[in-house]
Amino acid sequence: MATVDLPGRPAPARNVPARASVRLQSLGLFFLLLGGSLVWISGHVPVEDVTLVFGLGDLAPRIPVDPPNAVLTIALLYFVAGGVALAHRWTGRYATVALVGAAVLAVPLILILSVALGNVTQTNLLPLLTEALRLSTPIALGALAGLWCERAGVVNIGIEGMMLASAGIGFTFYALVAGAAGGPWLIVAVLVSIGVGGLLGLLHAVLCVTYRTDQIISGVAINLLAIGITSFLRRQVLLPLGVGTGVTLSAIKIPFLSSLPVVGQTLFVGKPIFFTMFVVVLLSRVVLFRTTWGLRVRSVGEKPHAAETLGVNVVRIRYQSVVLGGLIAGLAGAWFTLETVGSFEDLMTNGTGFIALAALIFGKWRPWPAFGGALLFGFSAALGSRIQLLGVEVSGFPVPSQFLQALPYVVTVVVLAGAIGRAIPPAADGVPYEPSR
Amino acid sequence: MTPPSQSFGRRSLERYFRLAPVTVPLYAILIASLVGAVFIIGAGSNPLTAYAALFDGALGSPDRIATTIGRATPFIIGALAVVLGFKAGLFNIGAEGQLLLGALAAAWVGTWSWLAGLPAVLAVPVVLLAGTLGGLVWGGIPGVLKAKTGAHEVITTIMLNSIAAAFASYLITSRDPILLIDQAASTPHTRLVADSARLPALVTGTGLHLGIVLALALCVATYLFLKRTTPGFEIRTVGANKDAALYAGMPVQRTIIVVMAASGALAGIAGAAEVIGGSSGYLTPGAFTNIGFDSIAIALLARGNPLAVVPAALLWGALLSGAPLMQVEADLSVNLVRIVQALIILFVAADAIVRKLFRIRAPRGAVDGGPATFSRGWAG
Amino acid sequence: MTDMNEIAPSNHARPRAAVLELEGITKRFPGVTANADVDLTLHEGEILCLLGENGAGKSTLMNVVFGLYRPDEGVVRVRGEAVSFGSSADAIRHGIGMVHQHFQLVPVMTVAENVVLGKEERRGPFLDIEAARRNVRRLSQKYGLDVDPDAVVGELSVGAQQRVELVKALYRDAEILILDEPTAVLTPQEVVEFFGVVRSLVDSGKSVIFITHKLREVLAVADTVVIMRSGRVVSSTVVEGATEQGLAREMVGRDVGFEIEKAPVSPGAAVLEVEDLHVADDRGHLTVAGFDLVVRAGEIVGIAGVEGNGQRELVEALAGMRTPQSGTVRICGTETTHSSPRDVENLGVGHVPEDRGKHGLVGVYSITDNLVLNRYHSRRFSRRWLMNRAVMRKHAQRLVAEFDIRTPSTEVDAATLSGGNQQKIVMARELSGDIRLLLVAQPTRGLDVGSIEFIHRQIVDRRDAGVAVLLVSAELDEVLTLSDRVGVLYRGTLAAVMDRGDADRDTVGLLMAGGATG
Repeated sequence: MATVDLPGRPAPARNVPARASVRLQSLGLFFLLLGGSLVWISGHVPVEDVTLVFGLGDLAPRIPVDPPNAVLTIALLYFVAGGVALAHRWTGRYATVALVGAAVLAVPLILILSVALGNVTQTNLLPLLTEALRLSTPIALGALAGLWCERAGVVNIGIEGMMLASAGIGFTFYALVAGAAGGPWLIVAVLVSIGVGGLLGLLHAVLCVTYRTDQIISGVAINLLAIGITSFLRRQVLLPLGVGTGVTLSAIKIPFLSSLPVVGQTLFVGKPIFFTMFVVVLLSRVVLFRTTWGLRVRSVGEKPHAAETLGVNVVRIRYQSVVLGGLIAGLAGAWFTLETVGSFEDLMTNGTGFIALAALIFGKWRPWPAFGGALLFGFSAALGSRIQLLGVEVSGFPVPSQFLQALPYVVTVVVLAGAIGRAIPPAADGVPYEPSR
Repeated sequence: MTPPSQSFGRRSLERYFRLAPVTVPLYAILIASLVGAVFIIGAGSNPLTAYAALFDGALGSPDRIATTIGRATPFIIGALAVVLGFKAGLFNIGAEGQLLLGALAAAWVGTWSWLAGLPAVLAVPVVLLAGTLGGLVWGGIPGVLKAKTGAHEVITTIMLNSIAAAFASYLITSRDPILLIDQAASTPHTRLVADSARLPALVTGTGLHLGIVLALALCVATYLFLKRTTPGFEIRTVGANKDAALYAGMPVQRTIIVVMAASGALAGIAGAAEVIGGSSGYLTPGAFTNIGFDSIAIALLARGNPLAVVPAALLWGALLSGAPLMQVEADLSVNLVRIVQALIILFVAADAIVRKLFRIRAPRGAVDGGPATFSRGWAG
Repeated sequence: MTDMNEIAPSNHARPRAAVLELEGITKRFPGVTANADVDLTLHEGEILCLLGENGAGKSTLMNVVFGLYRPDEGVVRVRGEAVSFGSSADAIRHGIGMVHQHFQLVPVMTVAENVVLGKEERRGPFLDIEAARRNVRRLSQKYGLDVDPDAVVGELSVGAQQRVELVKALYRDAEILILDEPTAVLTPQEVVEFFGVVRSLVDSGKSVIFITHKLREVLAVADTVVIMRSGRVVSSTVVEGATEQGLAREMVGRDVGFEIEKAPVSPGAAVLEVEDLHVADDRGHLTVAGFDLVVRAGEIVGIAGVEGNGQRELVEALAGMRTPQSGTVRICGTETTHSSPRDVENLGVGHVPEDRGKHGLVGVYSITDNLVLNRYHSRRFSRRWLMNRAVMRKHAQRLVAEFDIRTPSTEVDAATLSGGNQQKIVMARELSGDIRLLLVAQPTRGLDVGSIEFIHRQIVDRRDAGVAVLLVSAELDEVLTLSDRVGVLYRGTLAAVMDRGDADRDTVGLLMAGGATG
């Protein structure tokens, strides 16, 4: 026989994909350069000590920081992290760990720099954290709304419009029946908001699932429709009513926890939708991964035809999930008008729905990580207003407020560019389902 | 092999079916108007009065027609930008921001003092070029991000819109330091561009300027470019089947970057032309809001066809320029028009509904020539 | 030949009850009648082979039985009771299970999750995954199907995925099992093993419909054979006494030649030289690891192997579509390791990709445009940036005639044509130029016998004209029919290269499964 006998070879080696390698190296390089510029900056920041406080009362920890030395320390850590990432061929998974660590270090860095450059000498971190959590509420809810749609295979870029419509219509209802003056009608108004979101979810489902419209175009149409309807309603109904700023949902205290020293009064006193958000994240996680319905939703988003051959009703599951997503987006809409502002302005959701989608992608279509993504954006927004409060000046000019307002959007672009290569969406996400027959 | 005569017969039949989708937008407009009438009745007005006033306001006199066309000019160019993206399978929601960057660049370059000494035939192209570059950069960023990291252009362009708005607001309103603001003005706006850099008006007092000629020329040029040239073939192939484009040796990544940049450049031209062609000759904060978003809707209405953009944009311009008269005569918010517009897009996109209602057959022998499909999830 | 025939067919003399009867089933799709007046009876404990070439209507018929399609006419009876299935859930409830040709598994979920999906056991409001695990273990022990309930399906081999599919059907207490082309993804030895499993299922009282287009398998395993052609049943007999030739004649409707005429091989200069090639797949796993090969002018080198052993990445790397991690590729003496697809093509390389719908064609383009998909930039079809439509159209008309592409005109969209005609477009484009090397991957997948013969003839003609041909195919028969030399790809390396004369099914099959010979 003319066969060539080859010695047994080991199974194919696992290797780092080329794209990831480029990403690790460019991020490593970025942190090396950042470390270099920080060394320069550390020589130019004011030398007075600043104090970072965490919490309220005498028990709250107070950390004195010497800005030049702190910045220099972080710079050195960045050199280490950058080096570890550049040498990822040898350091393996530590490269990613080092980069994540470096990214987390950016938080104290920015805080120390802004206090040092501002006109105060101390800043409290706990209110910053709670403000970040509070601002991340609509983002997290929006991300969960997107999660339920996309886990079932329907892309939903209409979340922005769903939020806007439910914010506007819910508040208009509130103003119509109760003059926006509080009372039980406020709760009903929240339910109306949720219902509006559900109805728009149903519209999206009808278009995308039954009529197999392009899902992105359907989302765009829903956004346009929401803008049109809410601004029409505002001019035709809301403005003639002449209601001023309405009464919003009142804060609730979590028993026991709210009486904890240092953190209780800040962390565990808040408004209902804010707390509901955590419940929704938890429930989403449990339902998606622990129940039979969740299993079916996931199968429908990954491979609808496989689910179909097992007798799962793909159309019904997709309808249920997209409507559920709409309901959650409606709750997010209520946050704007009924929990936070107490009035309705045109376009007041201001891109939150799109940031929510970025948080969803950042969180790889999983509930808690998506919440983490939302927190990242909430934090950048909170930080922007904190920097403004601190009166930070760079070389004699105040930091323009527009730059700080744009911060969450910049963070979104950077995060997407960094994260999406590794984020794999549900396989059937965005693919219209054609039943057999 | 089929005899040539028979194949010719089949071809004209094919062409007929490819044209049939024109009827879908027409019916979509009809249904959207009917649903809009429900809103009008709900608001306590008479739909016939309202629509008559809308029509009168848009087309009731030569000057009104000129205003409508003037209103449509930036829509034509902006929608063309979006259509170009469609052809490569890219959904450029960033026309809004790119247009603003183009306008900013034009408002800045247009005030350069040496421009005032140039004849208009030189000064106008310089300013338009500046606008083109502004849009090109702002469109190129999401293109590079998509090609190099896979970040989906739908989200990055929306974020860049917000960033552009903040950036523009800063440049236009900042007094410390002074950047583009006209210090003498009571409400903040940029300094006036040089007279030599202004696009002349075609009908004075109506907002119709020479930009319309540019817009029409760009439409024809884009149409021929996509249909007749090898780069156009590459763009369409990348849009229709990226894997096949890769297989055929086409530069897929480069095409994505180039198309996004070119799309941004077109939007930038739209912004620049409005700055130097509009009645004011300067840029105010919040100017041109929604032109980019409307352009997306118009591009969808035109079903991704560079020539169909013109009638679609004219319809859009007519709805917007007729709305104020409707507001006066029927006591209705101008925003009613927005609802009707959204419904038009909805019914054009969900053409299956329209086909079912009016029993229009789906085009046969061809996969429908509607806008490209974007729903390929976030990774593509 | 193989030892398949050694498995004794069960005793089909005993009279048994009919478990499934089809009467006058007709199923129409727009423009085609996929099944016309089909009758079929399956008895208890029987293995019935449904034989027919691609497009004969076998899968459509079985989808009707499984409730995925609703028949336009006709009756389905299960154990004598007329049934009308609204969905596959109804079919499952009547004890019908189906293993699809393209596995219907959710890759990111575990085996246990895949098995219970749609028929889950609950504990309170929650999914009882523990019960699911137990069930998988119980069934895999009972029927000798080795699967790990906690494995993620996407990481399993195709053989293991097939076992998961069987467990899925058994979990639903299927008494009638429909197996759609189950052997396409298996090595010859695995096929024998698989037939053993099918036997044991039948022995435990199940009945099996086995869909195939491979004659050898019919003779090896079936009790009864039903032959379909163009949507109709043309023959329905016991297998005993049947011959391959006879079955083939009924399947195709005419005599079929199993051999193809070729000029004697006279290899010339080396055209393709590959040394120590390493290529990673999309997830970054090295699926080609140390591949060496030389292909000479005027010879066909066939690469056999079970799919997923690096075939796709290998061909894409050679064609310039995928950058290798290391190693060298030379075409006609020019190094092309890091070349673009365009550079490779300019060296005179034709490439018929394995997935014509994904890579080979743009469905919404006309035949004319598809025929210049990678040649549009040549001086022949364009000056600078301007494309010359008239020349392109003339070119298309010539190729449509030459390659017998059945179409009303050159301007219809490629997506509207049949698979065979689509593949002919790709072949016409890739074979028409002045080529020196032809890379062909899975050239006849899913095609009817007529198209297969035509395409094989074209490949051999190029080889006779001095073109070097690298053929990669999962169809062992195709490799053995066409090749002058045969290689086997196993886990990214070439397990062996031998002259055609030395390559018999057993040797090649063993190598495909990773066994060394010598």
